[in-house]
Amino acid sequence: MSDLSLSNTVEATRPRQFDFDRALNTFGAWTLAFLWALPLLYAIWTAFHPAAYEANFELFAPLTLENFTKAWSAAPFAQYFLNTTMLVTIILIAQFVLGTLAAYAFARFEFPGSNILFTLVLLQLLVMPDILIVENYKMIRNLGLIDTIVAIGLPYMASGFGIFLLRQTFKTIPRELDEAARVEGAGPLLVLWKVYVPLAIPTYLAYGLVSVSHHWNNFLWPLIITNSVETRPVTVGLSIFAAVDGGVEWSVINAATLMTSGPLLIAFLLFQRQFVQSFMRAGIK
Amino acid sequence: MTRRMQWIYAWLLLTPAMIMLFAFTHFPAITTIINSFFSTPRGRRPAKFVGLQNYEELMADPTFWKVLVNNLWYAMATIPASIGISLLMAIWVNDKLKGRSLVRMSFFAPTVLPLIAVANIWLFFYTPGFGLIDQIRMGVFGLPENSWLGQQETVLICMMVVTIWKEAGFFMIFYLAALQAIPPSYKEAADIEGASRWTFFWKITWPLLMPTTLFVSINAVINSFRLVDHIFTMTGGGPDNASSLLLFYIYEVAFKYWQTSYAATLTVVMLALLSIIAIGQFFFMDRRVHYR
Repeated sequence: MSDLSLSNTVEATRPRQFDFDRALNTFGAWTLAFLWALPLLYAIWTAFHPAAYEANFELFAPLTLENFTKAWSAAPFAQYFLNTTMLVTIILIAQFVLGTLAAYAFARFEFPGSNILFTLVLLQLLVMPDILIVENYKMIRNLGLIDTIVAIGLPYMASGFGIFLLRQTFKTIPRELDEAARVEGAGPLLVLWKVYVPLAIPTYLAYGLVSVSHHWNNFLWPLIITNSVETRPVTVGLSIFAAVDGGVEWSVINAATLMTSGPLLIAFLLFQRQFVQSFMRAGIK
Repeated sequence: MTRRMQWIYAWLLLTPAMIMLFAFTHFPAITTIINSFFSTPRGRRPAKFVGLQNYEELMADPTFWKVLVNNLWYAMATIPASIGISLLMAIWVNDKLKGRSLVRMSFFAPTVLPLIAVANIWLFFYTPGFGLIDQIRMGVFGLPENSWLGQQETVLICMMVVTIWKEAGFFMIFYLAALQAIPPSYKEAADIEGASRWTFFWKITWPLLMPTTLFVSINAVINSFRLVDHIFTMTGGGPDNASSLLLFYIYEVAFKYWQTSYAATLTVVMLALLSIIAIGQFFFMDRRVHYR
């Protein structure tokens, strides 16, 4: 008898409890999402309003684009954008080519030293060029490449992460496809190009997006290796612009901030679904 | 293809990548260690072997100890916090949630923003009196204004908040991928057994996420030594090195004071720390996590 009533109350309370749980989770998620978006929302607010409203949040404050034009004319941002675009393109192409060749060797060839070499590749995940700034600077100086765009990219062209990721993807491709192509007389490079590369496109996409956003945002190494307008990427340009003592208004700095992150942010908004999905499909777990 | 041909082919495929890797990762790592035993060459005076002198200088350098302790605190706070928050984010976003894509977008957006750029926005948040945090404190709670970045006690915490904000969304993606790989039948089975959400999480989800947690935590460790961009904009390491981290100090020593040998010595310390922590994680967390 008592058992029955107990199970009845459980039955009765369960749906309501569940709803409460759900509401709490939704509330939590939204609160955190708002906090996370706050800096960006604030930057958008100040960038599109006159300086008088930078700490004064009125719903009907007048809108303006003046901050953007001020920022654009105050520093050579067009040149900076061109430099960054060239930089990320060079790095991406090099990473794809070098990474594909190396990953193919690790995934499908048996050769002496493969384990040692693969360990050395993985070591780069820990010992990144980012922290070897002193010695890499000397290396670039010895090569006579100080203050060039290529020099910013060189340390990142062989990427341990990229090789690892592509190797994992290539390993999932059935060997039968590979062998079928070989029977038809295709050499290893042709097989790579016709079989492996097309099947790994989601991985290339995911890795490409990570690489572009990483190098678009990179700051310390370009700061060290560049010292002229012709080579500086936007991140370094922005830091110089914002560091000019006094003078520059918050609203203008925030307009410049939005400008430098704009292209990436727009690309991310447009490709958001693909971005997240290609990450998942790349099988990074 | 004969075996010999296979070998040659593989080595040829590897050569370009390995040359670049050796030139900009392994070789500089080795020269860093070598240079830490030499003096800094100046003008006509070449570098000469000085044994452990740089390391003795290091032991006696109060700035080094301060920066090291800062960095350890920074790592100890940002690693668990960003892992916890990113897991929470992933669980929320993986659930049927109203406005899910908007929430996901907001979590992930900091990842694609340049740290050096968003540091400007955070700088404003922390501005005494005028900034957003102080406006809320003063307006809502009637508290006096506070110089968040000007005080030794708060400045490092302010930097930690920025780092956690920046990296949590990136880690969320990895957890999200892992969560979606868990078969729904596990959840159904658990529901039939009457397991609570909490039990299901600790007994099923969390163990299955172990490899992801390992991957994410190693990334978080690396980031805690690598992410220093915001220091340049927000504090310049101050006040009195209270917000300086190891990599920032290395930058200062090498490119402001041009003591490259001492900078190499500091880099050796950083490499050693990274290796110890990463190896420790591998053994501590899960020996069964293998990348095949």
